[in-house]
Amino acid sequence: MRDDQWFDRNDGPVVRPYALTRGRTRPTGEVIDLLALVSSTNAAIDEFVLEPEYLAVIRHCQPPKPVADLASDLNLPLGVVRILLSDMREHGLITIRPPVRNRLTDPQVLKDVADALRRL
Amino acid sequence: MPLEDSDDEAAVAGPVSIKILIAGGFGAGKTTLVSSVSEIKPLRTEEMLSEPSMLVDALEGVEGKETTTVAMDFGRITVRDDLVIYLFGTPGQHRFWFMWDELALGALGAVVLADTRRLADSFPSVDYFERRGLPFVVAVNCFDGAKLFQPETVRAALDLNPGVPVVLCDARQRASSRDVLVTLVEYAIRLISDSEVIPAG
Repeated sequence: MRDDQWFDRNDGPVVRPYALTRGRTRPTGEVIDLLALVSSTNAAIDEFVLEPEYLAVIRHCQPPKPVADLASDLNLPLGVVRILLSDMREHGLITIRPPVRNRLTDPQVLKDVADALRRL
Repeated sequence: MPLEDSDDEAAVAGPVSIKILIAGGFGAGKTTLVSSVSEIKPLRTEEMLSEPSMLVDALEGVEGKETTTVAMDFGRITVRDDLVIYLFGTPGQHRFWFMWDELALGALGAVVLADTRRLADSFPSVDYFERRGLPFVVAVNCFDGAKLFQPETVRAALDLNPGVPVVLCDARQRASSRDVLVTLVEYAIRLISDSEVIPAG
């Protein structure tokens, strides 16, 4: 097995997605919902010190944006984005707000949704 | 889960996100439906190998090393500044079952797209949403050349509960896909109204 090369040209970019996360595949802290809202804390940042991916996240979450939107816009796998986000949260660069779920049981909200869909 | 219900909470908590799942067998028209009715974007996720293959491959000790890329359909319909509907096309293959729990969490409901030429492909989705108690509607995608079935025939074949709406649709048509979503939302409203006396949570 020693001779097995772990990558070759066919593997695409040499920097694999999980290199961005230093090999980790699970975020730390509480679970980050797909639709949790990510906002920048506007903390003072040193652009030369921050990872470019962190800067990209900060740029993309103004105004606040759900995790799934961010992953799609950054063209990074969801798992990778979650790890970046949990790191950034630890560093105080962003806040992550769980989605507002209680309104789902509010018939008026759902009626608004149905009306809006009918107008599509 | 505790439910807070003050208006202040709503005002500061940002837009309300409504999540709707689009399920169904491979080739039933999930991508077609999501793209006909919403602004569609690709969403990739890298996940652990499926549970069945984990049983075979004995990954104990190397968890997290065996990942696989799953592409999902992800659509967004902006209703108002403070109200956005997100559509998630659930990965069709059985080996991605494990992702469904996350997708289903907090979802308003689901559309199960059925292709009458392969009706059995929609059994797993129907089973899943029934078990989970998530509101769902069955939308029979009427492909060209597919024999047209009456909704009641499909209902019987899928052994659905009497209340579950079954509609015919053409996933390529925006209006038709939209009507399927309206049917789902109206069904969810009915379910909520019926259970109004039971305190949520």
